[in-house]
Amino acid sequence: MDVLRVQNIEATYQAENGEITALNDISFVVEKGEFVSIVGPSGCGKSTLLSIIAGLLKPTVGEVFVNGEKIVGTSPHIGYMLQRDNLLDWRTIYKNVLFGLEVRNMLSPENRERAVQLLKTYGLYEFRDKYPAQLSGGMRQRVALIRTLAINPDILLLDEAFSALDYQTRLTVTDDVYRILKRENITTVMVTHDIPESISMGDKIMVLSARPARVREMLEIDFEDENRTPLSCRNSPKFRTYFDHIWKELSVDE
Amino acid sequence: MIRFCQIAVLIIFIAQWEITARLGLIDSFILSQPSRVWQTFLNMAQNDLFMHVGVTVYETLVGFLLGVVFGTLLAIVLWWSSFISKVSEPYLVVLNSLPKIALGPVIIVIVGAGTKAIIFMALAISLIVTVLEMLNGFRHTDNEYIRMASTFGANKRQIFIKIVFPYNISTLFNSLKINIGLSLVGVIAGEFLVSKAGLGYLIVYGGQVFKLDLVMASVIILSVVAALMYEAVALLEKLVLKWYGH
Repeated sequence: MDVLRVQNIEATYQAENGEITALNDISFVVEKGEFVSIVGPSGCGKSTLLSIIAGLLKPTVGEVFVNGEKIVGTSPHIGYMLQRDNLLDWRTIYKNVLFGLEVRNMLSPENRERAVQLLKTYGLYEFRDKYPAQLSGGMRQRVALIRTLAINPDILLLDEAFSALDYQTRLTVTDDVYRILKRENITTVMVTHDIPESISMGDKIMVLSARPARVREMLEIDFEDENRTPLSCRNSPKFRTYFDHIWKELSVDE
Repeated sequence: MIRFCQIAVLIIFIAQWEITARLGLIDSFILSQPSRVWQTFLNMAQNDLFMHVGVTVYETLVGFLLGVVFGTLLAIVLWWSSFISKVSEPYLVVLNSLPKIALGPVIIVIVGAGTKAIIFMALAISLIVTVLEMLNGFRHTDNEYIRMASTFGANKRQIFIKIVFPYNISTLFNSLKINIGLSLVGVIAGEFLVSKAGLGYLIVYGGQVFKLDLVMASVIILSVVAALMYEAVALLEKLVLKWYGH
């Protein structure tokens, strides 16, 4: 059952020197529980595509369907994580986690309880009364993720959500996040410029071309390992193969 | 060490003032001297000093608070509607550049000479400054925060209440600190023009009848009052920030 269906998306915008087409005829489908990574050259429009899926931007042509419903504006079924955690300095961690629920008027006891459970799962419950300034970058990004998951979205969109973290933190956080997403069976679309990251987390990898971006390839990832994690699959010989393949795909444009 | 030097500066200043006056190096009729200022102060304290201080403080606080409240409301309107904001932009620029004290005589003619006119002057000054400071602060709210809120479908009202306003609490307090001083300037200027009471009145009256001890004493009292009002705002800021969790 496809949770996300993207059909013939085209995005054109006005610049000083005429019209620029960022995305050209992008179509793809994501099944429930799948993790799709999107990679492509810098500036090819990956983030634009995500904004369109999230309903923040309107495409010039094409439609997006979530659970069969057309997307018009932001939807409570979609969670969107940005590169910066954007935790509000003046709120405690607990209050920050409830922010999305507040805005969406979803502050029921069950939802609050789910948020608390997520904090406990990530080992952040003891920090619930602290302020963002007192937490490390990795912890803050986890809090941002919990804030996004608290509204119980059908789809999670990650827009280079780990790019601002240092290398080691990035590895541990992505490992953490992957476990939670897979356990809760959350459908995810992640944009990243880190190719190993895209391979380590993705079930499928969508490679975009340079602007105007089109889908060069939809690569299926299979490590033949039921219990794969982002860290463990890097040891597999297939990892190297996937990397070389994607690297070649991206180099063709240059 | 610093505290020691601060106190030393004060003591040296008072001491040399007194000494040069006694030695006749300065004309103490014109410049007065600490011992006489102190006498005058004791005199005033027994008479109607507190009434005058009260009048000035009252006029300042009322004008200042009204100006801040209306100024903030106006800033919210201008932030909300970019159309209204664009239309009013040149007028705000002009009003900001104009020394509001120049409006004093006009205000007095319209409202009548007296406390109301003086409060109006403080209000006028405080309002314009508040509008511009707060509007600027609102506009410079970190866009990423607003973007984050938009991903959850927040409408303009929610964005203002949950993001823009909390983000600008310290802007508000900085604006308050500036405003209290400026409002006091407006009040003193107003009292110079048309008052029968207040520290500004004492200063100008003392000058006119050559009671310069009175002038000096009033100026010193005014400095203390101004400093206390500023510190009160700073203290309020600390309390609010602690409660708000910065």
